[in-house]
Amino acid sequence: MMSSFWSIWITVLTIVVIAGCFILLRLVSKNTTGVEEGKSMGHAFDGIEELNNPLPKWWSYMFYLTIVISVIYLALYPGLGNYKGLLGWSSSNQSIGTENGIKADSAAAIELAVKEGRWVQYDQEVKQADEKFGPIFAAYLATPLEELVKDEDALKVGGRLFLQNCAQCHGSDARGSTGFPNLTDNAWLYGGDLATIKTTLMNGRHGMMPPKGGLPIDDSELEGLAEYVVKLSGREHDAALAAQGQGSFMKGCFACHGMDGTGNKFMGAPNLTDSAWLYGGSRGVIVESIKNGRSGVMPAWKDVLGEEKVHVITAYIYSLSNK
Amino acid sequence: MKFNHEIVEKNIGLLGIFTVIAISFGGLVQITPLLFQKDTTEPVDGLRPYTALELEGRDIYIREGCVGCHSQMIRPLRAETERYGHYSVAGESVWEHPFLWGSKRTGPDLARVGGRYSDKWHEVHLIDPRAVVPQSNMPGFPWLAENVLDGKLTAKKMEVFRGFGVPYTQEDVDNAQKAVEGKTEMQALIAYLQSLGHALK
Repeated sequence: MMSSFWSIWITVLTIVVIAGCFILLRLVSKNTTGVEEGKSMGHAFDGIEELNNPLPKWWSYMFYLTIVISVIYLALYPGLGNYKGLLGWSSSNQSIGTENGIKADSAAAIELAVKEGRWVQYDQEVKQADEKFGPIFAAYLATPLEELVKDEDALKVGGRLFLQNCAQCHGSDARGSTGFPNLTDNAWLYGGDLATIKTTLMNGRHGMMPPKGGLPIDDSELEGLAEYVVKLSGREHDAALAAQGQGSFMKGCFACHGMDGTGNKFMGAPNLTDSAWLYGGSRGVIVESIKNGRSGVMPAWKDVLGEEKVHVITAYIYSLSNK
Repeated sequence: MKFNHEIVEKNIGLLGIFTVIAISFGGLVQITPLLFQKDTTEPVDGLRPYTALELEGRDIYIREGCVGCHSQMIRPLRAETERYGHYSVAGESVWEHPFLWGSKRTGPDLARVGGRYSDKWHEVHLIDPRAVVPQSNMPGFPWLAENVLDGKLTAKKMEVFRGFGVPYTQEDVDNAQKAVEGKTEMQALIAYLQSLGHALK
């Protein structure tokens, strides 16, 4: 809501401009040149002569038409200062209710607008969509995840939501990339059961390995440690070096990764015995991971997407590795 | 002398003056009232000024021309709010100088990109967008990770913003250089991106 001064300013200027256009149109329609219509204006450039021709009729009528349309528009829609227009239309609820101490864009403001019979385009759109999609998502949310994963339509909806919101990190094929987990390989940092996937999506995760696990490990031990990790994952290795590494591992790595190296899903500590590598499984990268630590963040989607959508996406993600 | 259009046509200065008068009406009606309106001059609840590091990041955003491909203006259309979050409101932009609303979306809108991705994702993505989004046509900005800020001008920038009415305290200004010095441009830009849309989600 603007002050009445600015409301009057806008209204007067708008009307003056429209009236001015009308007067100008009338003025230039009259022949005030003293030269008869269709006759020469008495000058030529490069042999091109200006004749005193009026605007074509259809053309000047179009100008009049724009004036008529502008008047109709300003009567129906909010254009003249604080005047709300006969339709009570507004594009959004942004400035509704700033008067009377009601906060703009609040539920109370929207209620007020509805009561006043105002037609708020944006809320109308959202309401229509809610009426259409609301029951569908509500039904999905009411369906236990174990059932939902069998619903082909729900999985398609989840797939679309995944592409929209998750593919930026996990890839459109959900296979992730360096530092961003592959969701199709059934290797899970925090667990791959439905409830855990949903918790991960809702609240996010913060995986954290401090440099050298915060343990008194010397740089000279890194090579051995990496060799031991290679051994754990069942690959060819130098047995003597790996045995050395095992000694370093026992300094405390097991606290998170487990005595047998299979990880700990409560902490998101990765299983070192499988072939899934978030940052890469080569000796060089393993040394780098141990030396500098790693930190991975999965944002929380509870507030961005809401539980209904997270529920459907959970089913989709589960379906990727549980065919 | 009889008034006719010949006078205007043959006098370019006069034509210019009349042109300016004619086109100024639109601005007088649409722009001047906004300069005096509460909705457009007062911050929304929860808006805070950029920190020193975010402010430097914003300047890098401007320098690299991000605004040419990314808008920061979510329109009140459901199709947009579904994807990007609550539509942008004027009160979020009162401390923006200049505005970075943009007008073209080769890439997505960034008005509420803060918190949507991890810092690490931004780093990987800014160095080489195709490392995480193979379909992306965004250029890489690898030099951001190498350039280190000295923060010599940060305090001055904050003072300039304070002149525009942004409520920086003297403490903010005094600590500005310390907060920025030694940080990479990458860290500054990511801090800025993560702050976008903080006042309203």
